[in-house]
Amino acid sequence: MAILVDQNTRVLCQGMTGWAGTYHTNRMMQYGTKVVAGVTPGKGGKSHLDVPVFNTVADAMRETGANASAVFVPPAHAGAAMLEAIEAQMPLVVVVTERVPELDMIRVREALVGSRTRLIGPNSQGLLAPDVCQIGVMATDRSKRGHIGVISRSASLTSEIVSQLSGVGLGQSTTVGIGADPVHGIGFVDCLKLMFADPQTEGIVLIGEIGGTEEYEAARYLKDKGLTKPVVALVVGRGAPPQRRMGHAGAFAVHADEDVEGKIAALREARVEIAPSAHLVGATMRDAFKKRAA
Amino acid sequence: MDLQEFRAKQLLSRYDIAIPPGALATTPDEAEAAATRLDAKTLFVKAQLHAGDRFAAGGIHTVPSPAAAKAAAAELLGRKLKTSQTSADGQTVKSVLIEAGVTAKRELYLAMRIDARAGSILLTAGDGGTGIEQRLASGAQELDTLALGINGERNAGDIAAFARRVGIAGDSTQGFHDIVRQVHRAFIELDASLIEINPLVLTGKGEFIAVDAKLTLDDNAAFRHPDFAGWGEEQDPDRIELRAARHNINFVPMDGDIGCIVNGAGLGLATLDMIIAAGGAPANFMDIRTTAKSQDIAQGIALVLDNPKVKVLLINVFGGGMQPCDTIVDGLGIAFRAHKRELPVVLRITGNNEELARLRLANFKLSKTECSDMWQAVTRAVAIARGGK
Repeated sequence: MAILVDQNTRVLCQGMTGWAGTYHTNRMMQYGTKVVAGVTPGKGGKSHLDVPVFNTVADAMRETGANASAVFVPPAHAGAAMLEAIEAQMPLVVVVTERVPELDMIRVREALVGSRTRLIGPNSQGLLAPDVCQIGVMATDRSKRGHIGVISRSASLTSEIVSQLSGVGLGQSTTVGIGADPVHGIGFVDCLKLMFADPQTEGIVLIGEIGGTEEYEAARYLKDKGLTKPVVALVVGRGAPPQRRMGHAGAFAVHADEDVEGKIAALREARVEIAPSAHLVGATMRDAFKKRAA
Repeated sequence: MDLQEFRAKQLLSRYDIAIPPGALATTPDEAEAAATRLDAKTLFVKAQLHAGDRFAAGGIHTVPSPAAAKAAAAELLGRKLKTSQTSADGQTVKSVLIEAGVTAKRELYLAMRIDARAGSILLTAGDGGTGIEQRLASGAQELDTLALGINGERNAGDIAAFARRVGIAGDSTQGFHDIVRQVHRAFIELDASLIEINPLVLTGKGEFIAVDAKLTLDDNAAFRHPDFAGWGEEQDPDRIELRAARHNINFVPMDGDIGCIVNGAGLGLATLDMIIAAGGAPANFMDIRTTAKSQDIAQGIALVLDNPKVKVLLINVFGGGMQPCDTIVDGLGIAFRAHKRELPVVLRITGNNEELARLRLANFKLSKTECSDMWQAVTRAVAIARGGK
């Protein structure tokens, strides 16, 4: 079992009939994902990529039993598409769209409170359970089915780390990109909880970076919970150029403690193994298992 | 997009937020004429930049007469001003705002910004004025906060309680409530990421006036505000970051000699970290966004080739579903054909469509070294930059 998806995951694609939607839906189908419907307002009743297209998410769920949605809707309408999926009580929504306005995401976050939807993204490469289900746009050829869960904020770096893991013989249970935007759906802690509860996942890789505070929250959670599975973290951005700062006190509140060293120290205190460099994540995970076995 | 002060105030005044009387000037003579019209005992001459913390950098002058306003404008206009919030080069002052002084009974700080973690809008307020950065950093002062939703503000009781916490009482409470409501409305309707008013002056008559304001708009929402197009670029349209951004590339210049071509922000940061760990110095940060086409990528690579300090190009690419390797290699080809600069290139290109990318690459006459893993590529580039072979 992976987290969030399994063999029974039936995916609908919001914005499937557009260029990006068509291209990526086709890739997902070729990977073996069960794509059962598309949703494009005004195109209901048609068929695209051999699956039926509906006007609304609710229609598509009722008619096809879809239980996950991939959102490829362009930024101007992505917020509305997410709200529609939440209202239709779609259990899992994965949003690939980049550059969604922040206030639209605040509206989405308000709608998520108390809803039964788990939302991933936006600006996420998606979710991959190797050989089971791909919902997203990530590279898949280096991934291998196995027992490592990968949680990240950045697509191409995740591909690199997946490639390293497969290279040292460690396949993956699920890889999740929580999205690169500051305001997003589920976060590091939500993913960690799911991966600790997942019997297929035996080790976890957390890929963090400069900015934001989620690595601290993850560290606090891991410290309180204790590690029942080895966790390896990489935090990138030590060499990042100091960014021009706009706004003073507002910015202070945002930027305090968002540095790499602080995050690494907090994770280390939670007994997380820190990968010394981005090219050594696979090796660090392999060594963490060896240490446990010894 | 960071707006200049006069733009920020113009926008805020649309929401009935009071601002001091003033006018923009681009020459000393205009400054003098504006000051004469204002007919005030105290005048401010304020350099317009896309950055704050101008006072400490000498960007704000207080003058007693139109003649002195002219002299202050002459001193500021055309000068490069460096503040804690500009790039190291500073920004050229192209205009100054001439304003009438306002007598304050109290100076407040009031800001709204996105709270990404809570998924709400955070109102922050407290004592304001210059030097607030230092007071906050040293812990000498704290600000109070209140989370606001998107569909209207909190109820009057919450705002009143908040007002009491920041020391607003009696007759000023209604005025404070109004300003919170106005700033909230401006925040939502303008698609702001930050509105910061400091100082927000409370006058003896009980009025609130936004004496200085900073406004950052969410670039992702620019499509909803076509009338603001170009405002972020008027100061320095040639800034390299903006040139790159027009081509869907995030670019930040740095001081070193290794030019970095990378797709994705995480991999871009990881590349910088590895270069530094290997004893090298990056010339730039680059994140080619997945939406960049090969023509865009060529423009981004040209920015690196334009930098005379660069001794070697390091290309670290992991092609994904949205941006396969061949798109990036095509961009490289276009850039080198157009640019004619001969530079050694170290590549690590892997992922989606890497074979196709390699076929294309074979057609270019480049002095290139291909590496199979990224650490090898990084150490190779560092060796070349140091003059080794």
